Amino acid sequence: MTETQSAVRYDKDADGIVTLTLDDPHQSANTMNQLYIASMREAVEKLYDDAEGTVGVVIASAKKTFFAGGDLKMMIQARPEDAPRIFEEVEQVKASLRRLETFPKPVVAAINGAALGGGLEIALAANHRIAVDGRYEIGLPEATLGLLPGGGGVTRTVRMFGIQTAIMDFLLQGTRFKVAQAKEKGLVDEVVATYDELIPAAKAWVLAHADDEAAAKQPWDRPGYKIPGGTPSNPKLAAFLPAFPALLRKQLKGADYPAQKAILSAAVEGSQVDFDTASRIESRYMTKLVTGQNSKNMIQAFFFDLQAINSGSLRPQGIEPWKPTRAGVLGAGMMGAGIAYVLARAGVAVVLKDVALENAEKGRSYTAALNEKGVSRGKITSELADEILGRITPTADAADLAGCDLVIEAVFENPNLKHQVFGEILPHVSPDALLCSNTSTLPITDLAKGVDRPQDFIGLHFFSPVDKMPLVEIITGKETTDETLARAYDVVQLIRKTPIVVNDSRGFYTSRVIGTVINEGLEMLKEGVAPYSIERAATQAGYPVGPLQIADELNLETIKKIMLETRKGHGLEQPLAAETVVDRMIELGRPSKLKGAGFYEYVDGRRQAIWSGLAEEYPVAEEQIPFVDVKERQLFIEALETAKCFEEGVITSAAAANIGSIMGIGFPPNTGGAAQFMTGYESATGEIGLAAFVARADELAEKYGDRFRPTDRLREMAANGESFPA
Amino acid sequence: MAEAFVYDHIRTPRGKGKASGSLHEVKPVDLVVGLLDEIKVRNPGLDPERIDDLVLGVVSPIGDQGGDIAKTAALKAGYPHTVAGVQLNRFCASGLEAVNQGASRVRGGFEDLILAGGVESMSRVPIGSDGGAWAMDPATALLTDFVPQGIGADLIATLEGFSREDVDAYAAESQARAAKAQANGYFDNAVVPVKDLNGVVVLERDEFIRPGTTVESLAGLKPSFADLGQGAGFDDVALEKYHWLEKINHVHHAGNSSGIVDGAAIVVLGNEQVGQDLGLTPRAKVLATAVSGAEPTIMLTGPAPAARKALARAGLEVGDIDLFEINEAFAAVAMRFMRDMGISHDITNVNGGAIAMGHPLGATGAMILGTLIDELERRGLRRGLATLCVGGGMGIATIVELV
Repeated sequence: MTETQSAVRYDKDADGIVTLTLDDPHQSANTMNQLYIASMREAVEKLYDDAEGTVGVVIASAKKTFFAGGDLKMMIQARPEDAPRIFEEVEQVKASLRRLETFPKPVVAAINGAALGGGLEIALAANHRIAVDGRYEIGLPEATLGLLPGGGGVTRTVRMFGIQTAIMDFLLQGTRFKVAQAKEKGLVDEVVATYDELIPAAKAWVLAHADDEAAAKQPWDRPGYKIPGGTPSNPKLAAFLPAFPALLRKQLKGADYPAQKAILSAAVEGSQVDFDTASRIESRYMTKLVTGQNSKNMIQAFFFDLQAINSGSLRPQGIEPWKPTRAGVLGAGMMGAGIAYVLARAGVAVVLKDVALENAEKGRSYTAALNEKGVSRGKITSELADEILGRITPTADAADLAGCDLVIEAVFENPNLKHQVFGEILPHVSPDALLCSNTSTLPITDLAKGVDRPQDFIGLHFFSPVDKMPLVEIITGKETTDETLARAYDVVQLIRKTPIVVNDSRGFYTSRVIGTVINEGLEMLKEGVAPYSIERAATQAGYPVGPLQIADELNLETIKKIMLETRKGHGLEQPLAAETVVDRMIELGRPSKLKGAGFYEYVDGRRQAIWSGLAEEYPVAEEQIPFVDVKERQLFIEALETAKCFEEGVITSAAAANIGSIMGIGFPPNTGGAAQFMTGYESATGEIGLAAFVARADELAEKYGDRFRPTDRLREMAANGESFPA
Repeated sequence: MAEAFVYDHIRTPRGKGKASGSLHEVKPVDLVVGLLDEIKVRNPGLDPERIDDLVLGVVSPIGDQGGDIAKTAALKAGYPHTVAGVQLNRFCASGLEAVNQGASRVRGGFEDLILAGGVESMSRVPIGSDGGAWAMDPATALLTDFVPQGIGADLIATLEGFSREDVDAYAAESQARAAKAQANGYFDNAVVPVKDLNGVVVLERDEFIRPGTTVESLAGLKPSFADLGQGAGFDDVALEKYHWLEKINHVHHAGNSSGIVDGAAIVVLGNEQVGQDLGLTPRAKVLATAVSGAEPTIMLTGPAPAARKALARAGLEVGDIDLFEINEAFAAVAMRFMRDMGISHDITNVNGGAIAMGHPLGATGAMILGTLIDELERRGLRRGLATLCVGGGMGIATIVELV
């Protein structure tokens, strides 16, 4: 290897301070690839060979970020049979860091930018961490990708903070910290204000500790070290250790997240042995996760898909970025008020219009309330809060929308009403204003007929509550131009939401798909599946809530309306089983959470037990179907509907299907989303892929009906080894 | 094949298993030594040279109870060096497991005379203090759905529809029966007072029984496992499997669960020849033994499958058994066992059980077998079955017949 091919530069200054500069020559960010592994090993060897006169070491980065972490492109390829190689590589990464950590002179990490995952793990191998203040993150987010910090992150945080703090604060949730928080939490020791101060501060610390033997030793390498809070042999910890796995399962609502389980296991097991053995145990769990399917699903969705969408993969290319200056929001109800808030927060002046000024003012006060919460929690300053609120002008007068280059309509789901409000404001807004309609089901092409320039008209399906839900589904009508789509995409990104793009069709993508799982839940209820089993199968599959709870929250009267329209659309005369359940519940006066009575009972709006009368209406069958079927009927019916959406051109991107299904309608994150669930499906016998999915769908079709039958196209894809377009 | 006869059985009284309990000051090794001394006194013909082994169940075999306490006790009691000793652990079944293993070894013909029983000083070595992978290792617990037994007991009550009043009524009856049996001296032949090094009596009779307990007096007790279930997440773990239930009804508390106590027991087992040689009179013979298992999260439903297995092995029907002893780990366990087997409370735990008298984990199995034999004799009946629920979902059963 020649010097220029190294990803770790070695320099020694006149004071005898060695700087190891992380600088991958082939990439804009440093990752733990083969070149890094070899370079770091070589650099650390040189450190020992050249120890004469060396007083300490600074680890720095030449990139914008400090170090990006593991090589996910490599990891997503790893198969179970690759386990020996993966284990070996993980061990190599750690061997160099351990050797660096035990170098008998002080080692300091100079963190200049994002240090996530592997990046932070390198820094944790230093005796001291100095970070420059800035808008970047520090943390160990591996768990969010189905992985664990396998570069020593588990072993070192357990020894720095103790088992409980390490798993709760840093590992299980994969929390990312801002610089100040990282300092407060003890992940970094020192923060400097500017980049120019960083290396000098690092070198100053080295010089100040040049002859301090203790400073050159990690706490866990000093005599008499004990893990804070103790190990399982300590009766105090032993008393509540058995609750850790139970609490984790409670938190996950029974869903299978192998990474969280592995993190807990590696942390506890590692605490009972010496550092090097703990580190090896960590590597073995890491290898298991890397070679398993779950991490692939989660890396696909939460790294590759999300990154693609955020970098504009679903946006038409070659169109200049666009930013609205003045937005008109029509309708100041719950949705309109939320939309006004997110726009104002993003710096856009907002005219919030409703039929009565009083309503519009009420909509504006929603922002005031959110601001107040933000200020009291220290998230924003009261100056900023005032500024945000000041951007919103409530009105009942359409003329106040003069100069708006963006209009978002959020009135009731009624085509005539929507036509009417657009008619009112169109004469006043800019002639080329982007025209958006917030709707969850109404066909955009039809709504566009209400305006004289349908090419500028587009659907924006916001989710409730708007300030919390991260997704916006963009719906292009027949006449919508690429220019309009690009502008809408930019608006969604401006308000810090993730866009997916779908073509116009009844229910678009998300509403259509979630409808199927509600149907399936009600169908199972009617068949006699125990209602709690339906709900728990959902959460154990990874859904946030079960279909009965969703039905109560969506409101059965709304669901009935959608069912009727869908049935009309398909030309069906007879109601499906699910619709008869909806009818019966409405007849019984149990339509929704809102009305305080649904499948569940409610007291003061709070959900209680499932309605005790439900068993009389839908008796629980003596013989229950396998619980795995109760889970998979929910997953499969949504996945199969997703496949149909691809075939019909409603959705054209696997990334959109994955992110849309997870962020919009609660499809289980551990599957990687509705498209990844099919292509990454792992059967009970361990086969992985679309063919296994098709085989299982056929089984479900045999047992529960033809709605589970895969289409010919899906069979063809499975046979040819195709996947959905990225 | 040789028969395995029970020639004698004795036990210590059960002391309250806390610092204020009478037996807290007595080391577990001395609880056993006291019984080993008494065996020689009660059976003058029993030549210790003929004893092959001392088998003792201990559930938390660490500290005072660690290091093969059986051999240690045999040495301290001055038994010949040829008397071996072994400690075993099948959780709550350990005492009966010791008897069953001893009986099997005698019946198999490799050995002639075995002392079997168990000891547990719960006031000194608390339950759970020995750790173990099931509860303490997350990877194991996650894979095997570990929950503490009390959650399983409450789950049984939930599934069977046993209300708080039902389980409390059972508990009150256990107290009444135990108090009456103690007052009538039914336990006197088996219970050997614990004495100090000067021969002064430390504890003469079971001290855990609370005569006069009623459903009303139990009503005020707080459920013991509600916090563990709801706060520590164990209900959620159990309900992942028992997904059709709304929730777990936490009905068990200190008053309807087995008491935490200190105590020890020993059963003398031998073949026919050794009895003749030493002039010992057989009191019962062991007809069949069995262990089995059931779903481990509910954990405590193992007694019925074990009992059925033992019955089948003995070629008997439920109706052939005159009296049953089921360890009252929790009220719901005994109630569920009676329901599973289709037997009446009239022939089950007729002198009360562990709710009233306590459950010194490693010793209980041997104690209830002794109680069963005594009561069969007193009533002039023939066959009895003793059973316990066991951690990990296991169950154990032993069928004896008077001779």
